[in-house]
Amino acid sequence: MPARHRGEVPEKMTLEENTLDNLVSETEVQIKNTNGLHMRPAMQFVDAANRFACDITVSNDQASVDGKSIMQMTMLAATAGSKLKITARGPDAEQAVNVLRELVEEKNFNEKAPKARKKN
Amino acid sequence: MKVKNGIAVSPGIAMGKCLIIDSEDYLIPRRSIKPSQLRTEVQKVRNAFESAIEELTDVQERGNAQQAGIQQRQMKDIFAVHLRFLHDRSLRKRITDMVHTELVTAVYAVSKTLRDVASHFGRIKDPYISERAADIYDIERRLLRQLLGKKREDVKHLTEEVVIVARQLSPTQTAGFNREFVKGLAADAGGRTSHAAIVARSLGIPAVVALEDFTECANGGDTVIIDGNRGVVIVEPDDETIELYRQYSSQFHQLGRKLDAIRQKPSVTRDGVKITLLGNIEFPDEAELVLGKGGEGIGLYRTEFLYLNSPTEPTEQDHYDAYAETVAAFKHRPVIIRTMDLGADKYTQSRRFVPEPNPFLGLRSIRFCLRNLGLFKTQLRAILRTSVLGQVKIMFPLITNTHELMQAKMILRDVMEDLDEASIEYNRNIEIGIMIETPSAALMASPLARDAHFFSIGTNDLIQYTLAVDRGNEQVSTLYSAAEPAVLKLIRNVVQDACRAGIDVAVCGEMASEPDYIMLLLGLGIRTVSIAPAMIPEIKQVIRSVTIEHCNRLARNVLAMTSERQVSSFLRDAARKVLPEAF
Repeated sequence: MPARHRGEVPEKMTLEENTLDNLVSETEVQIKNTNGLHMRPAMQFVDAANRFACDITVSNDQASVDGKSIMQMTMLAATAGSKLKITARGPDAEQAVNVLRELVEEKNFNEKAPKARKKN
Repeated sequence: MKVKNGIAVSPGIAMGKCLIIDSEDYLIPRRSIKPSQLRTEVQKVRNAFESAIEELTDVQERGNAQQAGIQQRQMKDIFAVHLRFLHDRSLRKRITDMVHTELVTAVYAVSKTLRDVASHFGRIKDPYISERAADIYDIERRLLRQLLGKKREDVKHLTEEVVIVARQLSPTQTAGFNREFVKGLAADAGGRTSHAAIVARSLGIPAVVALEDFTECANGGDTVIIDGNRGVVIVEPDDETIELYRQYSSQFHQLGRKLDAIRQKPSVTRDGVKITLLGNIEFPDEAELVLGKGGEGIGLYRTEFLYLNSPTEPTEQDHYDAYAETVAAFKHRPVIIRTMDLGADKYTQSRRFVPEPNPFLGLRSIRFCLRNLGLFKTQLRAILRTSVLGQVKIMFPLITNTHELMQAKMILRDVMEDLDEASIEYNRNIEIGIMIETPSAALMASPLARDAHFFSIGTNDLIQYTLAVDRGNEQVSTLYSAAEPAVLKLIRNVVQDACRAGIDVAVCGEMASEPDYIMLLLGLGIRTVSIAPAMIPEIKQVIRSVTIEHCNRLARNVLAMTSERQVSSFLRDAARKVLPEAF
């Protein structure tokens, strides 16, 4: 397996193994929207993920969950600023990862990004 | 035919088809299945999910057709979340896996899995996520409804007479009861003063509680007899039993008619002391029942139904309409309106991230109001506006100290100023009283009496807080008793402090509706009681049969006792001598 560099460049994509079904695509994303991965964004993510045939796994330091399951994604409880790794395995893996990355990072799930951190 | 014994909490006989409703906290027992039943149980899980999805999709579609107010849109969003969860295959798989590996029923697997998920959510710090726990509980309920059969439904859509059977009944559930159709209650849990008992007595229908596992003995649609006199419930009675109960029923009605004849007679003891008899009501249409039974006013107008009966917060006009009707009907007779006293139920809990672990000691009642001024002021405004229509008084519940009372009065003054600015009329001298229902208020009755026009002792909660007993918990409900010397000491303290301050003190808890206790209360100095309308004739009968002198002697004897058992048997004997036929 090619080596992955952690913690430096925020975005990375790799393509492994040429069999269509075992096509793997991966990326790291950062949750930017104000309230983290709460209900609406989680739902949008899961809806998007379910449009693809490939398996989608989402992980952070502590856990790895099925990206198509709203229950598991909510349990992942990603708060603002946390990094997630999205791994897709299947024929449309690359597409899936692109769409999901865009949803999280560029569209911020169609929400505002947090302003400078306020003290609680 | 199955016969079960429980505690009789509301008199009468009812015979009818039973409707089983679930309590929000119903614990599904763990039941094992044989491997041969696996396929059926797994199919049940699948069917439950499909039906629940269908049900919700239907609601969504109906919602789309209607006007999209903010509440509808919020419900739509909530249901959209629920649908996502119901579509989640990994959730379903987790449940069916449990059925397979642990060989348990579908209903258990669903309940256990969802509660595990809910509690996991509940533990997460992020409130947006821990809030989801409430959604998971709701989804659990929806699925359980599917699994437990159609007869286990909500009570709002009754079209025939039924007898309600439940594990226990919360204010949310009973708020929807229609007297026309609900003819009797049977509950697994509870005691003499649990909510099921109180509601049954208000409605004048028979009820038996503390049946333990009655919800498992009866199936929806079974014929059930509820004997609220003897504390017996019978499922699918045989012909002989049916005939026996028909006879009992007619005998019981005769006694009732005899007591009704007392309606016109004054509520005065044999030695000429007037005792004011008021009624406790939960709904406006019970007001006429108070008058019908000979009550002289409303000592406790519970206003929670306004919050519980609708999905949206009641408007000022909703409040006004509810109060105005009653006040106008009572004219010069007092109507004491108690401000919102909710806690541990759907309304205050739906705003919480997870159910409060200790709701009785939590943000409820006046505390909730003092932190939700919009809601509080709306109610106060409406009450003030009706104060020009008759003799309205305001009562604040769960006041624990003088600071709280001052805050509440300050808010009331704010509302009065608002009304002045808008040139809206109200009674500037409206009387403001408080419920004494905590040990702290009872012990500090003296300073509280300086800032209140009257007291009303809420013995139900006073007993609970003083004895540290949950009256709805059938494991300890026998510990709950108004005959506990500690409680009596506190009541005496309150009455003495009120008398010294020259203010009225009434008792509005269930204790005052019980013939056993009325003499004691009179002997302690109480001259006003507010009770369930159905009990007014019987209590009046006791009042008319005693002398205050006798009551004073009785109270002196009781106050010297140190054991609950001694007190309660002494009181029972004393009551039997006065009113032999009711016992």
